[in-house]
Amino acid sequence: MHLMYFTEQPMSAYPEAEGREFGATALMFSNRHFDPAAGSRLYNEYLEHYRLAETVGFDGIMLNEHHNAPFCMQAKCNVFASILAATTRRVKIVLLGNPLPLADNPVRLAEELAMIDMVSRGRLVSGFVRGGGQEQLATGVNPAFNRERFEEAHELIVRAWTQPGPFRWEGTHYQHRVVNPWAVPLQKPHPRVWIPGVLSKETIIWAAKKRYPYIALSTAIEATKKIWELYDSVAAETGYAGGPEYRGYLQRCHVAETEEKALENARQFMWMQGEFTGLAHPVWSTPSGYFSPSIRTQFVEYAVGRRSNPRGAAFEDQIASQMIVAGTPKTVIPKLRRLLEETRPSIVGFWAADGFVSSADTRTCIRLLGEEVLPALREIGKELGLWSPFEANAPVSMAFHESAAPASERPVARHPAPLEVA
Amino acid sequence: MSTSAGNWTTETIPIGGVAMQLTRAGEGPPLLVLHHDVGTLPRLPFYDALARRFTVLVPSHPGYDGSQRPDWMRNVRDLAAVHQWLLGELAITRAPQTVSVVGLGFGGWVAAEMATQAPRAFKKLVLVGAMGLKPERGVIADQALVSYIDYVRLGFSDQSAFDRLFGAEPETSRLEHWDLNREMSFRIAWKPYMYNSSLPHLLGGIAIPALVVWGRDDRIVPLECGERFAKGLPRARLEIVEGAGHFVEMEKPDELARLVTAFVSQGDA
Repeated sequence: MHLMYFTEQPMSAYPEAEGREFGATALMFSNRHFDPAAGSRLYNEYLEHYRLAETVGFDGIMLNEHHNAPFCMQAKCNVFASILAATTRRVKIVLLGNPLPLADNPVRLAEELAMIDMVSRGRLVSGFVRGGGQEQLATGVNPAFNRERFEEAHELIVRAWTQPGPFRWEGTHYQHRVVNPWAVPLQKPHPRVWIPGVLSKETIIWAAKKRYPYIALSTAIEATKKIWELYDSVAAETGYAGGPEYRGYLQRCHVAETEEKALENARQFMWMQGEFTGLAHPVWSTPSGYFSPSIRTQFVEYAVGRRSNPRGAAFEDQIASQMIVAGTPKTVIPKLRRLLEETRPSIVGFWAADGFVSSADTRTCIRLLGEEVLPALREIGKELGLWSPFEANAPVSMAFHESAAPASERPVARHPAPLEVA
Repeated sequence: MSTSAGNWTTETIPIGGVAMQLTRAGEGPPLLVLHHDVGTLPRLPFYDALARRFTVLVPSHPGYDGSQRPDWMRNVRDLAAVHQWLLGELAITRAPQTVSVVGLGFGGWVAAEMATQAPRAFKKLVLVGAMGLKPERGVIADQALVSYIDYVRLGFSDQSAFDRLFGAEPETSRLEHWDLNREMSFRIAWKPYMYNSSLPHLLGGIAIPALVVWGRDDRIVPLECGERFAKGLPRARLEIVEGAGHFVEMEKPDELARLVTAFVSQGDA
């Protein structure tokens, strides 16, 4: 199994009443409510949590990014990835991921990612995403070409990583006279690419055709099973067998010393889902052309307030469906076993806390996960045969279907991490 | 000579790799009407009023109102070229200076681009609340930030006119329709939003008579844009319609039809 720690990096220190008054905490909720002193404190707390996660035994740290909203402070996952590359030694740095359509220069992204891979000595997993609806507006990128840009930028990045330059790129959305970045990844053929998603069938099919692991982001168990049915059927058509090494899952999971404390803190998972303050805006989150045409009806109704967010559900329902798991290590392990038994992922991200959960409670959660929950899950993983892509030495992709060479087997000088943060 | 305006027919014509949809009615000199970014209802009292004097041609911009989307189309000049192509396919509009054009809002921008590409092709040009110029003071209202309903409502001075045409709570199918139109608008006019910074430099070549009409309460395209069109076009005058917003043809159909008919017919025997 590959067990990762994740936080959305919530920017909880802003006047909540202002958000309610404005009616949304997204896109146009003014950044005059952003307090950089609190931001500085929180960024450093999150760094501390990441390092603790490595210390207590997580295999990976999962990073993401969002724009113009307090639910996620990380505006550029490559920034935190760079810091972690230099300040951690063992964990994989799993980006889920860079929003490709937002990039006007994918070659620059390829360079940044190659640098992160080299500085980390081959610990990068480079996931790619389409970016949320409002991200398209926040960055001025045309939502109607979101998927086309995603696919073309991906192709260009993989080419920049694997094909010796210089070469020319004349695409539909990207044109480059010269592609010849003087930074290429340490891992060969290239860093693993994992694709996270929540809703779009198109993305599941695309990932399965590429033979990239798909990471289901906190979907309900039954919905997750349907994702794997689809993934596996596309895998079979494509010429390989799907299975645990292609399956990832992000689990909201808060662990505390007592059930009561865990449930109280777990309620904060609703923080960005609108129950407390993280109010999405139905129009800004669904710009025309961004979402799948197959669910146009649902989204136009959502956009005018005739339907609740197709992605939303009440706290109690999410506890019941295990989209949120909370408790002591003893009570969460059987729930996680059920997840593993029923959906058979080999990659599991733990979204451990959100909103106003204190730094101290977050540290307790990380410690309990590392000391008690992860070892139990590793045993269950062995029992169920849930081998991660690393353990199974799975191919990186259809295009490079020979087995990947782990960076550890490559001749790399062994040094201490080059930049330790005191 | 007035004829019955009841006989609207729709045909499709292959243009640029897609089946372009054209609705027409009436008899008399040809008059091309180019619709808004939100599309058009299939029939409007304004169209009927024009059809009493003209052969009214109302094509759908490709990709709008359920017509086939040209995936290759990237900007409003492409759209203008497609409409020029269409006019070349029709016997009634093929000869130069036979057809006049009325552009409504976004369609006004398309009409202006067509006229810059072929400055003497039209007989007369009418721009109503036209997009296409960057306002110096205000901005063109950005539909990307508001709901389908709020955006269309913004274009009406009198909300009861909206209710009459679309219902106070428009059907979901109407919203899907607006969403498809919005997606196509994004595909060709996302950035810069709803203007072309070279257009003001090209208006001077449009040698034909032009009428610029603006709703006094246009909250989508500021009146200053109307003033700039009237100033930039060599032979233009500006008419302001009181009590109308952006959708002048839906709020004041008779008044707009009278203005258009008088202007386009002026000088005819």
